[in-house]
Amino acid sequence: MSVRLKIISAMRQIAEEQKVTLPPLDDALSLHETGFDSLAFAILVARLEDDLGIDPFTISENATFPLTVGDFIEAYENVPA
Amino acid sequence: MSPRETFALRDYLGPSLKGRTISDAQRVVSLTDILEHTCLGDRLGELAGRSVLMAVSDQLISGLVMTEIDGVARRMLLCPPDLNADHLQSLMEDADIDAVVTDQPERWTDTDVKLVIPAGPPARAATQVKTERGTEWLMLTSGTSGVPKIVGHTLEALTGAIVADGPARSAAAVWATFYDIRRYGGLQIFLRAIVGGGSMVLSSPHEALADHVARLQARGVTHISGTPSHWRKLLMSGSASSFFPRYVRLSGEIADQAVLDGLSAAFPAASIGHAYASTEAGVGFAVNDGREGFPADIVGVVRDGVEMKVEDGSLRIRSRRTAHAYVGRNAAELADRDGFVDTGDIVELRGDRYHFVGRRGGIINIGGLKVHPEEIEAIVNRQLEVRMSRAKSRRSPITGGIVVVDVILADDADASRSDEIRKAILADCKASLAPHKVPAMIKFVSSLDITAAGKLARHDA
Repeated sequence: MSVRLKIISAMRQIAEEQKVTLPPLDDALSLHETGFDSLAFAILVARLEDDLGIDPFTISENATFPLTVGDFIEAYENVPA
Repeated sequence: MSPRETFALRDYLGPSLKGRTISDAQRVVSLTDILEHTCLGDRLGELAGRSVLMAVSDQLISGLVMTEIDGVARRMLLCPPDLNADHLQSLMEDADIDAVVTDQPERWTDTDVKLVIPAGPPARAATQVKTERGTEWLMLTSGTSGVPKIVGHTLEALTGAIVADGPARSAAAVWATFYDIRRYGGLQIFLRAIVGGGSMVLSSPHEALADHVARLQARGVTHISGTPSHWRKLLMSGSASSFFPRYVRLSGEIADQAVLDGLSAAFPAASIGHAYASTEAGVGFAVNDGREGFPADIVGVVRDGVEMKVEDGSLRIRSRRTAHAYVGRNAAELADRDGFVDTGDIVELRGDRYHFVGRRGGIINIGGLKVHPEEIEAIVNRQLEVRMSRAKSRRSPITGGIVVVDVILADDADASRSDEIRKAILADCKASLAPHKVPAMIKFVSSLDITAAGKLARHDA
């Protein structure tokens, strides 16, 4: 499974657990509009760290948190595994 | 008015009770004629009035030496086997130690301790020693970091709960404990055996659990105590079915409903009690109704000489069973101005019972909110498929921390149903806990670390 697919599938699973109705996930969708709160994102980042072995948001001190779904996925794709 | 008579452990040992023993995996020693024996090569007299460090690695010989030294030395400092050697010098200075009793005398040849007395297996004594004074018992707290604190007790305080329970309850009992008897929880059981006229079966380091349980049954153990973590380990081992104690006691950690129910199912013929005690606060109370927590009506009254109150959320105890002081150069006050010891254990009133929710120092931070991991574990543990769990905080760049729970499944749980079990745990947590306490991640693991004191290891707490 590609990184992109893993991220999308993890988001769907967390949305189900957290009772969030996800809108269609396209790259331009802002993260705010996903309906995820900070806890849901924290869970997502933690699970992806276990699954992919990386947490792009703590690797660099000045990492900024992405604004859109596309930015979010890119942050994972740009980290050498 | 004549001074009160001073009792020492030797006064509870004598030839009148036949068949009493103390044993470990290797040896069985008779307690019936123990007063005619010495583990100190007849050199006990040299310890009169001294402050003695008990650096005896062997638990059985430690126990026998305690019965010899009590009533002779000014004080004795008990060292649990896992004591960090780096702390020893500072502890000895704090306790004014001027003599060492040890089964490894060669280790002390180059030190400036004036008197080193070797301890070994009991041998026939040439002289009998009389009780001369009340010895001060010094014990170490079981904190996991830093230098442990030295806590001062008297034999009267240490045995207060045993005397209050009366002799009938434990007549001819064979006691055992998973604890080491140089820790408060284990010492209580050793003293119950000695003071109550019974026998004692000690744990042995490195012994496999199944072998230990077989030995407990073979030696006829009737009364046994351990932490909830010890008991969960036993329940997971499958060894419980060949062991038939009459009394099962839990202390040292929160006894949740799941472990109480697990024990009553495993030992249907036994009475099961959880006791509240700590090195500093002594034995507070025991609960024998099979339910977690304790009745609210024992707070605010004096019962068996123990008075309890709840202040700032934590349980506080005043009684003659508490330690009398921390000992050392920079020792803090042990009790407040009114004589209450703050246990640091946080309780919460639910209906007519108080429930333990965690340690004041054990709080984990979840997105800026304070959470007691034990509160989450109690919910997770009540799933039938769960044997044991540990909740902790995991750092998160987004909220600062999320709740992660490691879970050990019960032996009869089907691991292929893990998704279903995870969902059931989450659903129960959501129904019972505030949203920030609901685990963000649940991991199934095959084991969880237990500290030398028998408690669930909380590295991040």
